[in-house]
Order: sequence, then C-alpha cells, then structure tokens
Amino acid sequence: MATLEIRDLHVTVEVENGTKEILKGVDLTVKQGETHAIMGPNGSGKSTLAYSLAGHPKYTITGGTVTLDGEDVLEMSVDERARAGLFLAMQYPVEVPGVSVSNFLRTSATAIRGEAPKLRTWVKEVKEAMERLNMDPAFAERNVNEGFSGGEKKRHEILQLELLKPKVAILDETDSGLDVDALRVVSEGVNRVRESGEVGTLLITHYTRILRYIKPDHVHVFANGRIAESGGAELADQLEAEGYDKYVKGGASE
Amino acid sequence: MGSTTSGSIAVAAESTVATRMSAPPSYDVADFAVPHGREEEWRFTPLERLRGLHDGTATATGEGVKVAVEAPEGVTVETVGRDDARLGRAGTPVDRVAAQAYSAFDQASVVTVPKETVLTEPVRIAVHGEGGTAYGHQLIELGAFAEALVVIDHTGDAVLAANVDFVLGDGAKLTVVSVQDWDDKAVHVAQHNALVGRDASFKSVVVTFGGDVVRLHPRVSYAGPGAEAELFGLYFTDAGQHQEHRLLVDHNVPHCKSNVVYKGALQGDDAHAVWIGDVLIEAKAEGTDTYEMNRNLVLTDGARVDSVPNLEIETGEIVGAGHASATGRFDDEQLFYLMARGIPEKDARRLVVRGFFAELVQQIGVPDIEERLIAKIEEELEAAVA
Repeated sequence: MATLEIRDLHVTVEVENGTKEILKGVDLTVKQGETHAIMGPNGSGKSTLAYSLAGHPKYTITGGTVTLDGEDVLEMSVDERARAGLFLAMQYPVEVPGVSVSNFLRTSATAIRGEAPKLRTWVKEVKEAMERLNMDPAFAERNVNEGFSGGEKKRHEILQLELLKPKVAILDETDSGLDVDALRVVSEGVNRVRESGEVGTLLITHYTRILRYIKPDHVHVFANGRIAESGGAELADQLEAEGYDKYVKGGASE
Repeated sequence: MGSTTSGSIAVAAESTVATRMSAPPSYDVADFAVPHGREEEWRFTPLERLRGLHDGTATATGEGVKVAVEAPEGVTVETVGRDDARLGRAGTPVDRVAAQAYSAFDQASVVTVPKETVLTEPVRIAVHGEGGTAYGHQLIELGAFAEALVVIDHTGDAVLAANVDFVLGDGAKLTVVSVQDWDDKAVHVAQHNALVGRDASFKSVVVTFGGDVVRLHPRVSYAGPGAEAELFGLYFTDAGQHQEHRLLVDHNVPHCKSNVVYKGALQGDDAHAVWIGDVLIEAKAEGTDTYEMNRNLVLTDGARVDSVPNLEIETGEIVGAGHASATGRFDDEQLFYLMARGIPEKDARRLVVRGFFAELVQQIGVPDIEERLIAKIEEELEAAVA
C-alpha cells in the first residue's frame, strides 16, 4: 500500500531581507485510500507544504525527510516525483502558450505511464473524463490554461488527476475561486478518484465548504509552519464554528 | 516579463512609413549618410557588428561567397553584369546597406521561369560563404501564369549585403523559401523586393537560424489588382545573435491581399530579435485585405525582443486590416508545471517550442521544407540544452 511519510520537515524560502523558515517540523503520514484535510489560516505554510512536496525550486528543504513507499522523495527531481506517483493540483495553474490541452495530456500520460497510451482508447478515455467534468470537447484544442476561467483551470487540474491516477494527490486550494456548481463538479471528480481506493489525498484548504462534498478521514490544523492539531471530521466542524483564532494566537511568533 | 531586458513590445505611434526613413529610396549609396545608430531604421541594429557594410569600409573579396543555382528544365539561369536592364525593377534600396550592395555588386544571378511554365521541382540557390565579403544581387522572374518554388539556402561564413528581386507576371505563383543557416560569425543584410503582378500569388518564407547579425528587409508591392502576398517568417535567436526582420507591404493598388505571420523563439544571453511590420494602405488601394502578426517566445532570461507593428491606412474603403504582436516567456513556472506532470525538462522545452511553431510551419505548404524546419528547430533546442 502506497504511503507518503513526512517527518520533521523544515523548509525555508528566500525573501527580500534574507531567509525565512516557513515549515517548522511537519509530521504527517498519508496512506493510500485515506483523505487528509489540511486547514489553516493564510500564511500558515499550507501551500509551501504542497509545493515543497512537488519539488518547486523556490523552496529549500533544510531538515527532515519525505518518503513515498520508502523512496526518498527529496532526492528526486520534479518530474521524477510525478512519475513516482505524486500529483499536485495547483491553486494557480500556469499558462503554457503553444501547447494544446490534448497534446499536454498525452505527453504527460506517456511520461507517467512509461509508454504512450494507445490512441484509440486514449481519445475515448479523455473524452469521457471531460464529459464527467462537464468540459466542452473544444477545450482539448485550446492552449494549456491560456484564457481559462478560474473554474476551467480547476476542472483541467482534476481532469489530469483522473487521467494520471497518482498514488498521492495533493490538492492545493482547489476550492478557491469556485462557485457552488463548479465546486460540486470538481469535488465529484476528486471523489471518483478517491473511490478507486488507490489514492491518498491531501486536501489543502482555507475553507470548510469543500469538506461538505469531500469527506476527510483526518483533519489537521496547520498553523505557524506545523500541524497544530489533528482530529477526525469533527475538527472541521469546530473550525467552522470557531475559526482559526486560537491557533493563530497560540502559534504567533512573528 | 519586463519591458526592457526579457522582452518588450512597442507599438509605433503615428508615424508614416516613408518619413520614418532617414533618406528617400535610392540605388546610389552616396544618397545615404553613414548611419550613426539613432536613425529610426537603424536604432535596433548593432552597427559595430556590421563589419563595415554600413560605412563603406567593407570591401568585396572576390571569392568570398559562392552562388550555385540548380534549376529544373525550362528555367533559364544566367549570370549577368550590373548594367542588365532587368535588375532593380522590383524595388529600390531603402537604406544605406541595400544601396551599398546595389552600388557595389559586379554580377547578378537571374533565374527566369517562362510564362505558363509550371515547375514540379524546386529551383535551388545555394549561397555559400567562404569567409569573404560580398555584395550580391539576384533576380527571380516568373512570366505570366508560371508557377515555381525557389529555395535559397545561406550557409557558411560571410559578410554579405544583397538585394533579391522577385518579379511575378500576371497570375504567376511563386513560393520563395530563404533559409539563413549561417555559421556563427556571418553577417547578412539583405533587402527582398517583390513586385506581384495582377492576380498573382507570392509566398515568402524566411527562416533565420544562424549568423552573428542577420538583418532582412522583405518588401512587397503590387503591379496589379487581385494579387496576394503571404509573408511567413520563423527565427530562432540564440545567445549573442541579432536577427532583425523588417517587413513592408505596400498596398499601392486596389483589391490585393496580404498576410504576414512571423514567429520567433529566443534563448540565451543577449539574443536579440527585432521585428518591424509595416503595412501601408495607400489611398487608391480600395478593397485591401491585410493582416500581420508577430509572436515571440522567450525561453530564457537575458534575451530581448523588439516588435513593432505599424499599420498605416489612407483609405477607409477596405475589406480588413489588422495587426497583432505578442511576446511571451517560457519561464520557470511553466517548466515546473510541465515537470510536475512527469514531463522531463528537455521534453517540456521541446513541447512548448514545437507547439509554438507548429501552426506556422503547417502554413508553409511545402512538406520537405516543413520537415527540415522541424528537424532544425529540434537541433537548435538540443544545442541549447547541451
């Protein structure tokens, strides 16, 4: 069973006046089939965790370990991590001019699967996945994220999630900027992948709203660069009622 | 993307095509002052790297550049002296280097496709530099209803200034592919003049990969109504290279079309691409339909683009007129995004560059040229990664 293990992870980032530590010892284990929600106030380091796991060059790992099925993730390049089974659905997906969605998806699937998917079945696979996400077929011929609305970008991320079938999916604020309809469509996509039982999901969010659609097994409150409290789904209800105040005050060191 | 170093776009204010030049067109180099670099037509060009082409100090070295013409049956190929009356009809030199070339060339190559002759094989003109300095002149003339594909290949090392004339008879169809695949040190400055006959079609494909400085000036005017011109360009500007393409389409007769699409990729320190797209619709050119576009893809920091589309319209009685210019960056975030989907870095860059050029390459309509371009683009990318 696939397991992502994060132990005492410390991460810094270069800022104007020097180096700033953002993650201050994160411990977390995500197993295949589990869904973990990471919730926290803005600036708590949630997104840094997501991008550090994916290997974004902006972040420097200064301590701790991350393993996927025992393999050292931190030693891997960005593309190797993806091929090892990590997937990051980004909060702000990047425009790639000149590259069509269909070309991008196929290139990506070829890289992840280790061989080019058979054209016939692939076309069908993409078409069906797009239909499930209420995406217009013409979408496939547009350039990646170019001129996409906020909702289209997030659907496109979830489309990739469905097609690439990672071992561990990190969803970074996938709910932000979505209206209720789009949120439902996107959540259904995530749930389809979860129902396979083959993916561990790390759902990073500021709001509890998405948790009405995607039920987490574990909820973690992220504050001041580490996990401040962990619990079951009931912790989300408590956050809904009380907000993050007590964590922000308790962990305030800046 | 900053507006200075990594890519900048300036849309010219209202200035007329003619008045932006520092002197009126002339065949005589003496009619042009030696440029100092602040003139509108020279302000982007590194004069100090022109090896004296602009100030009269570059002297032709005899065997500097070899020109070999390979033509199918039915085509006349001649080498003529500078007094041949057929030369210089397609256009007049508009800047000092073109006038210098016109004033200094000894011999010209003339390729004539007789009227109603439709070629099935291309005419190939190989211009190979052997380290020397040369002033050149070429004329490609198609009689009425003739059809031809002409491929001009520039290779080797040279300092070359030239004028290339294309004269199309009524109803003729000419596709010219000019490939600048020079060695790293070459300097190439040329004016291309096309005079497109009534109902004729002219397609120019300019492909610039090599050279230290390449500055080309493809110009089109029309000899009769119903004609069309397509000007396609593709350039790949590497570290230290200066590649400048200055287009002019002069809609001087009614009911003609023009379509200009130039795309360039840049990578490396001090890679500099310049694109000037001038379209002039004269008062008498009613029914004109024109569009011009320039797109640039900046692959690394340190490269610079200057893209200046300029559309001047003297009559409102036209079918359409438009222009667009955009410069985008392939940046670290794009790389991260593609790599986060499992795509290795090299493949990610290739994907983006190929996609960027694909649409343009398809419009060329000459399969073996298309394949060669794709291969060449791959080669440029490989070289850059290495």
